[in-house]
Amino acid sequence: MEAEGRILGPPVLPPSPGGRGGAGAEPPAGAPGAARGLLLAAAAAVEVLALDDDEDDLEVFSKDTSLAEANSFSPSMPISPSSMINQYKFEDEPELRDLFIAVDDPESHVTAIETFITYRVVTKTSRGEFDSSEYEVRRRYQDFLWLKSKLEEAHPTLIIPPLPEKFVMKGMVERFSDEFIETRRKALHKFLNRVADHPTLTFNEDFKIFLTAQAWELSSHKKQGPGLLSRVGQTIRAVASSVRGGVKNRPEMFTEMNHYMETFSEKINTLDKIAHRIYKEEREYFNEMKEYGPIHTLWSASEEDIADSLKDVASCIDKCCKATEKRMAGLSEILLPILHEYVLYNEILMGVLKRRDQIQGELESRVDALANKKTEKDLFSEEIGKLEDKVECANNALKADWDRWKQNMQCDMRSTFTNVAENNLHYYEECLATWESFLASQTVDFHVEEDSEDRP
Amino acid sequence: MEDCLAKKLEITVSEAEKRTGRNAMNIQETYTAYLIETRAVESQSEGQCAPVDSLWRRYSEFELLRNYLSVTYPHIVVPPLPEKRADFVWHKLSADNMDPDFVERRRMGLENFLLRVASHPVLCQDKIFYSFLTQEGGWKEMVNETGFQLKADSRLKALNATFRVKNPDKRFTELKHYSDELQSVISHLLRVRARVADRLYGVYKVHGNYGRVFSEWSAIEKEMGDGLQSAGHHMDVYAASIDDILEEEEHYADQLKEYLFYAEALRAVCRKHELMQYDLEMAAQDLASKKQQCEELATGTVRTFSLKGMTSKLFGQETPEQREAKIKVLEEQIQEGEEQLKSKNLEGRDFVKSAWADIERFKEQKNHDLKEALISYAVMQISVCKKGIQVWTNAKECFSKM
Repeated sequence: MEAEGRILGPPVLPPSPGGRGGAGAEPPAGAPGAARGLLLAAAAAVEVLALDDDEDDLEVFSKDTSLAEANSFSPSMPISPSSMINQYKFEDEPELRDLFIAVDDPESHVTAIETFITYRVVTKTSRGEFDSSEYEVRRRYQDFLWLKSKLEEAHPTLIIPPLPEKFVMKGMVERFSDEFIETRRKALHKFLNRVADHPTLTFNEDFKIFLTAQAWELSSHKKQGPGLLSRVGQTIRAVASSVRGGVKNRPEMFTEMNHYMETFSEKINTLDKIAHRIYKEEREYFNEMKEYGPIHTLWSASEEDIADSLKDVASCIDKCCKATEKRMAGLSEILLPILHEYVLYNEILMGVLKRRDQIQGELESRVDALANKKTEKDLFSEEIGKLEDKVECANNALKADWDRWKQNMQCDMRSTFTNVAENNLHYYEECLATWESFLASQTVDFHVEEDSEDRP
Repeated sequence: MEDCLAKKLEITVSEAEKRTGRNAMNIQETYTAYLIETRAVESQSEGQCAPVDSLWRRYSEFELLRNYLSVTYPHIVVPPLPEKRADFVWHKLSADNMDPDFVERRRMGLENFLLRVASHPVLCQDKIFYSFLTQEGGWKEMVNETGFQLKADSRLKALNATFRVKNPDKRFTELKHYSDELQSVISHLLRVRARVADRLYGVYKVHGNYGRVFSEWSAIEKEMGDGLQSAGHHMDVYAASIDDILEEEEHYADQLKEYLFYAEALRAVCRKHELMQYDLEMAAQDLASKKQQCEELATGTVRTFSLKGMTSKLFGQETPEQREAKIKVLEEQIQEGEEQLKSKNLEGRDFVKSAWADIERFKEQKNHDLKEALISYAVMQISVCKKGIQVWTNAKECFSKM
C-alpha cells in the first residue's frame, strides 16, 4: 500500500517551461486556415493554450471550464508539505505536482442484493479550484468505470488510461481473493494517477467530482449530463462513418500510427505471455528447490565427517530458494502489471484512432453531401468550417497525446525492464555470496584436513 | 599408499565406438566398444614417451571383470561400474543407451572404475585385472578358467543367512544400515536434482523468447530500437547458457551416483560376513548336537527324543558292539567338526579384520570424495551466478539506454 501523498504515476515529461501547457495541450484552434498546417506541426511545442474566441469549440472535447484558470504560466508553487517531499523524489522532474492521489484500504460491503468492494481514494491538493486541500472518499469499481466513460466522452481523441478488467480470465485468481483485490487496487491507483498526470484530463470536471464528492453527491451527479442522447448521437455518427467505408483522406501520420499499433499490440501481447510463462517456470523451479535442500540435511544425519558440509550445502540451497522466491515476487510486481496495462492500452489506442477517423468521416460525408448543392454553399460553409475545425482539433489533440503516450511508454519500458534486470542481478548476487561463503568455509577445513592426513 | 598399479601405469578409456556383431545366440546386435589405452609411467620421466598399448572391450567384459573381483575378494569393497542404463534422467537428457552424451559419460565412468581398481592396494595386484588391461585375446577364457563362478555364493543362501544369523558383528550390522540409508538418500537426492534441472532449463529457455520479440519490436521503434535489439541478444545468450551449465552438473550427478552404487558393494561385504557367521553358527550347532548324541550313547541316558532312542526302548537296546561302533563314528565326526570349526573361526576372524581394514579405507575415500564433490558443486553454482550477473548487467545497460 502506497503511503498517502506519494504518487507513482508515470512522470510527466519534460515540458516546456511554463507549466502544464506543454505537450498535450490543445493547440489554438480557430486560427485562420492557412496557418493550420503550421500549427499542426508546432502542436507539440506549443506552450500556450490560447484562450480566445474559439474556445467554444473546445467544449466538444472538454467540459473543462477550469482550463482557463489552470493554464496560467506560473508553475504551481508547492504549498503543501507533501508536494515538497515530492520535489526531492522526482529530481529530474522540473514540474511540481499539485495533486496527489492514493487508492487503498479495500473494504467489503454486503447488501441484500450484492456484495462489492469499495476502495478509499485519498486526494491532497493545493489547487485553487478545489475547495479543500484534502479529500477522502470511497469508490467502487463501477464508479471508476463511470469516470472513464465520462472522460472518453469528453475527449474522444485523447488516450484515456486503462482500467483493470472486470473479470480476470487467467483463471488462477478468484473474484474476491486478496490477490485479485490487491492487483485491482494497484491498477486503480495507477489509473487515477495517470489521469492526474495528463495535462488535459487532470482538469476534467468529472474527475474532480470523482475525487471529492460524497457518495450521494456522486450518485446524483451521475444521473445528470447529456448521457443518452449524446451517446446515441455518437453511435449514429460511428455507424454512418463505417457505412461510408471509412476515411478517404486520412493524413499519413495516422495511417502510420495504425501500422505502428498493429505491430506494437502484437508484440506487447506476446511479451505479456512470455512474462507470465517466465513467472510460471520460476514458480515451478522454486517448488522443486524447496525439496532439494532438506535432503542434504537428511543425509547429514547418517554421516559424521561430512555432516557439516552437507548441512552447510542444505542451508545454501535454502537461501538460494528464498532468493528465488524474491525474484518471482519481483517479476510479479514489476513486470506483469506494466505489460498488462499496455495490453489494455492496445484497445484504447485503436479506439482513439477509430474515433478520429469517425470525426474526419463526418466532415467528409458532409462535404460529399453538399458537393452538389452549389448554390447553398455559403450557408453550409460555416457548418463545414466547424467540422473542419473539429477535425483539426481532434488531430492535434491526438497527435500531441500520442507523442506523450509514446514518450511515457518508452519511459515505462525502460524503467520496468531495467528493474527486471536489477531484480535478476540481485538474485544472482545473493546466490553468489551464499556459495562463496560456503566455499570459503570448506576450503579452510579442507586444507587443514589434508595437512593432517597422509595422502591416500 | 603402497606401490599400486596406478602409479606405474597410465590408464585411460579414450574412445567409444559403435559396433555390430553377432552374439552368443547368433542374433545381430549393436553395442558400444571402449578403447582402453595403457602406457608405462616410468619412462616418461626420462623424457621419452613409452608406447601406448590399447585394446577394445565392451561393457559386458567390464561386468565380467567386476564379478570376478567381487567373488575373489569378498572382503573388499569393490568399486562399482557406471550404470548400465541411464537413470535419474531429466527430460532433456536422453535415456537412450546409444545416445552420444550417455556413451561419453559412461566412457568416463569406466575409466574411473579402472583407475579405482588400479589404485586399490589389494585389487591392483590381481593378474586377471592386469590381463584385462593388456591382453586382448583369450581374456574371457582366462577368467572362466579361474572357476570363480563356482566360488560365488548363491543369492538364496545369502538371503537365508541374513535372516537367520544370530550373532553378526555389530559393526557390520551398523554398516548395513548405513549403506541402506546412503542408497536411499542419494537416490532421493538424484531424483530431485533431475527435477530441479528440468525446471531450471525451463526458466532459462523461456527467456530466449524475449530475443525474437524484442527484435521484431525494435523494428517499429526509433529511439528504443537499439536498446531492445541488443537486450534481446543478451537474452539469447542467457537462454543458451543453460545447456553447458546442466552438462557440467551431470558430472556432479555422476560423482554421487558412484557412491550410490558403492552402497551396494558395501552391502555385499556385509552379506559375506553374515554368510560366514551363519555358516560358523551352523557348524557350531551341528558339533554341539553331535557331542550330545555321543554323550547320550556313552552314558545310556536319553535326554533328547530321538527315533533311535524310542525304537531301542520299544524293541530292545542295541548290542554293546553296535553302540561302540556308533560312538566311534561320532567321535571321528566330532574331531573333524572341531577342526572345521576352528578353521572357520579363524577364517571368520580374518575376514572381519581384513574387511574392516578395507572399509576404513573406503570410508576415508568416501569422505574425501564426497566433500570434494560438494565443493565442486559450489564452484559450479558460483560460475552459474557469475554468468547470470554478467548477462543481466549487460541487459540492464541495454534497457537503460532504451
